[in-house]
Parts: sequence; structure tokens; C-alpha cells
Amino acid sequence: MQLVSQKISGVVVVQVLQDRIDAACAIQFKDQMREVAQSAGPKLVLDLQHVAFIDSSGLGAIVAVMKALGPSQKLELAGLTTTVQKVFRLTRMDSVFTIYDSLPQHLAKAG
Amino acid sequence: MQRMQATHRIQRADFLAVRHGLQSLFAQEPLCNLCDDTRANAEIILAEALNNIVEHAYASQAGAIEISVDLGADGLDCTICDHGMAMPGHVLPPGPAAQITSLADLPEGGFGWFLIRALARDLRYSRARGENFLRFRVPMHKKVA
Repeated sequence: MQLVSQKISGVVVVQVLQDRIDAACAIQFKDQMREVAQSAGPKLVLDLQHVAFIDSSGLGAIVAVMKALGPSQKLELAGLTTTVQKVFRLTRMDSVFTIYDSLPQHLAKAG
Repeated sequence: MQRMQATHRIQRADFLAVRHGLQSLFAQEPLCNLCDDTRANAEIILAEALNNIVEHAYASQAGAIEISVDLGADGLDCTICDHGMAMPGHVLPPGPAAQITSLADLPEGGFGWFLIRALARDLRYSRARGENFLRFRVPMHKKVA
């Protein structure tokens, strides 16, 4: 699972460089994200601009990562592509996360 | 409009084989010609249905899955066939919407049948001669490109 994390202005930005988060990689994604979260500060942004497809296992993994965060930590999402956005909207998980259309300017140095 | 068909066989279904099967199906006609919205719906439904087969029908022993797609004027008719275990009671799971109450209680799974039911039309399941058949249509709102 290709994840790249960088700390920019105190925020940990995690870029998913793989084009899908699906059942074949959901557990790996969850484990890697938990590891990143352990050493991250209060705010993490998951940049999904390269992810063209997510299935329910991938969605479940993102939810699991969010639930496993420390009490003072927050996970936000950015750059949802059409299909990913649709999965979040249909399951109403878009109401649970703060979602940016694209990575906020001051965090866009990643990658 | 001319009908266009394709079939794809996943020989030994696991999650990775499902991913590769989907990538192969969507790279060829007729699925590569779908508009973005129909393509998204088709990929979500097919992925959930195929992963369910891996997880449940083939829980104890992996086997083959055959996917047939038939693109017509009304949409994409799909048939998925496997010879794994039958659906319990020979009926499809209900797939209710996830309940969002508190963050700590958010569901981490169980979205699959909800997504299938939300996006597919004429969803039918049958069991015959030791094989499972799942049939559905992905409606098409726009013409093919």
C-alpha cells in the first residue's frame, strides 16, 4: 500500500498513491494509517485525489482509522474523486468527516 | 442501439483476483465506453457483489466466478455466477442503511448490500444446480460516449 505522509504546518498529510482502496488492501491500509496516526499530532488530512475507486471495505477501513484516533486527534479528507465521493454520499459517511474538495493550499506541498 | 456483451472469468476468486477482474472488465468494451456516472455505479455494484462471493460463498474454498455484462439501450444487464455456498435461505440480505448515531458506534462494514440495493435495479438471486446467479441492471441515464 503506497502511502506518503508529511508534516506540513503541524498537520500530517497522508497521500494515498494507489488508485484504489479495496478489500484486497483494506487491512494493510488500516494498519499503516494507524501507525501514522500514532506519531501524528492533533490533525491528519487524508489526500484521496489519486484514489479512483473505493469499496465498502475501503470505506470501513477509513472509518476504523478515524475511530482508532486519540481523543484529541481529528481525521479530515481531501480530493475525493467522483466514485469515492459517491460511496461516501450514499452511505452518508460524508456527514461524519470534514471533506475538502482539494488539499487546502497551505498543505498542498505534499508529494 | 446495438447490444454489446462481454464475459470475464475469475478462475480462483480472492480479493486481489476480484480487483484484477474488475480492472480487466472496465478496460475493455463495452464497460470502457460507459459515462462516468454509470461506470461508477457499475463498478461499485460489481465490486461489492464479487467481494461478497469471496467472503461468503467461497468462505471455505475459493472457486471461479463468471461475470457477464450486456449493454443495451436501458442500461447494463449483469449476471454473476459462482458455485460456492448458497445465500442463507436462498434470499438476498436486506442491506439497511447504516445508522449514524455517535462516532464511537459508527459501522466499519455492512455497507455492501446497502450500496448494491441503492444502485442496482431488478436485482434477482437464484440458485440452480449448485450455482448462484445474481442478476441486476445498472440503469443508464446518458448515452454511451
